[in-house]
Amino acid sequence: MGRLIKRYRWAIPYVLMAPGIAWLAVFFVVPNVRMLQMSLSEGSVERGFTFTWDVANYTDNVVRFGENFQNSVIFGGLATVFCFLVGYPLAYTIAFRGGRYKNLLLFLVISPFFTSFLIRTISWKIILGDDGPFLEIVRDILHLVPTNFSVLGSAVAVVAGLTYEFLPFMTLPLYVSLEKIDRSLIEAANDLYASRWGAFRRVTLPLSLPGVFAGSLLVFIPAIGDYVNAELLGGPKTQMVGNVIQARFLAQNDYPTAAALAFILMAAILVGILAYARLLGTEQLTGGRA
Amino acid sequence: MSALAVATGTRRGPSVPQRTARVLGRWTLPVFTAVAVGYLLLPIAVMIVFSFNDPPGKFNFVWAEFSLAAWANPIGRPGLALALQTSLTIAFVSTIAATALGTLIALALTRYRFRGHGATNLFIFIPMATPEIVLGASLLTLFVATAQEPFKSFIPAGVFFPLGWNTILIAHIMFNISYVVVTVRARIQGFDRHLEEAAMDLGANEWVTFWKVTFPLILPGILAAALLAFSLSIDDFIITNFASGLTNTFPVWIWGTIRNNMPPQVNVIGTIIFGTAVGLVLLSTLLQRRGSARA
Repeated sequence: MGRLIKRYRWAIPYVLMAPGIAWLAVFFVVPNVRMLQMSLSEGSVERGFTFTWDVANYTDNVVRFGENFQNSVIFGGLATVFCFLVGYPLAYTIAFRGGRYKNLLLFLVISPFFTSFLIRTISWKIILGDDGPFLEIVRDILHLVPTNFSVLGSAVAVVAGLTYEFLPFMTLPLYVSLEKIDRSLIEAANDLYASRWGAFRRVTLPLSLPGVFAGSLLVFIPAIGDYVNAELLGGPKTQMVGNVIQARFLAQNDYPTAAALAFILMAAILVGILAYARLLGTEQLTGGRA
Repeated sequence: MSALAVATGTRRGPSVPQRTARVLGRWTLPVFTAVAVGYLLLPIAVMIVFSFNDPPGKFNFVWAEFSLAAWANPIGRPGLALALQTSLTIAFVSTIAATALGTLIALALTRYRFRGHGATNLFIFIPMATPEIVLGASLLTLFVATAQEPFKSFIPAGVFFPLGWNTILIAHIMFNISYVVVTVRARIQGFDRHLEEAAMDLGANEWVTFWKVTFPLILPGILAAALLAFSLSIDDFIITNFASGLTNTFPVWIWGTIRNNMPPQVNVIGTIIFGTAVGLVLLSTLLQRRGSARA
């Protein structure tokens, strides 16, 4: 037995990984190959689909749903920027000035995860509704907006919902990278007569870039593919690509169009990630190694 | 006093703008943090408050009056109890399966050098970088394809199609594996290999070393991964919506009901889930604290 193990030692990692990798191969890789094939097919659920290398599914639909793509990229991008603007100071404060409240604050940051994502979005529908508390204050008490003003149905509501939804995804990686920074580096900068802002800009910020990178991806990828916020908080003008994909797949059974849209979305994300990685100069895309 | 000194310029001290800047510098971040945390908690507060609402119409969107009706009858809606049961069983089974599969991959990735190591790391990362809508949609195309030739002849009906419990479970295991790998891997990487070497030096073989030394040390990581998998599974909507067919999980049930009505029971269940999760976290913190106090 022992000799057998020694002889086939090289096979151990492969045996350990086999079941999990097989699961991902069958239920992640195969479906995507299948969807790629579907995106180049024509037909309907009733007639069946025939694989025809129908590239028109791509070229036509980019134009046809251009507005939805535009919405997705803009809303997803804005949500990422707002998450960064709120999440960085938040993570910075917790990491550097949290003191004994550090764990409590982290717990509060992740506490939205303890309830359902749909219910949180529905709560925003209540808050931002025409008879909801937000407009009651801004419109009826402060008179900052006209009486027929509404937030729901607008792009503002969708971006607000997305920003809320993914803020913890930005805050946590930022916190991890800020927490890891060796404090003596910042002290050294101060000793060398860097101002507080200078030390932040030259030491803290660059060292936290991996967190910025991870956080932005964790926000941007789900935000650009989201359709729940646009559906519950937005209106007809704010539909994102996700809404179209969802409807084509589940309501209209127009699989080839939906599959092509999904791949265009993937391609857009991939290009975005690569450009962003180049911009930040971060190559730790896949994280850990042994 | 010092204001006078500044005004008269007789003594050298921080000027008014300097002091304002200092006070601002001291308080801006804490105040900002409080506001941001308040923003994160606001929808939860709204969820809890509106679970006590008695909405006049079908939609629980506007506050009317206080009522305990929904709390007295938290699952009193057609299909809600079944949806909750489905959510819980799928979360339970998919957590166990994904934790087992993912932990094995994490062990292989951290303890062995082998050909294809980097590729495996990348392969584990890709599903997490894929938007949920793509994961769900592609699974749907696969499941639907099994109802047609050539798959139809060798895949029995009912496994993948029609969609339902099986397909939801398959999807949940799939998206959870990567998260388990990443969580467990992080734990194993932070661990002192000398402990294992010591055990081996003292005559333990690999098997004994693994179960007596390695496994207890990485167990917290495995439990954390399982918790993460459970919460991802029970809350997932986007992928589940593609894989569920006519079967409802709790989020899919909410999505289906919200077009026609939005009962306060949704808020009650949400509040109960929130309370349970917070309670569990507090309990584990308390136990840990007691454990470390004794140690």
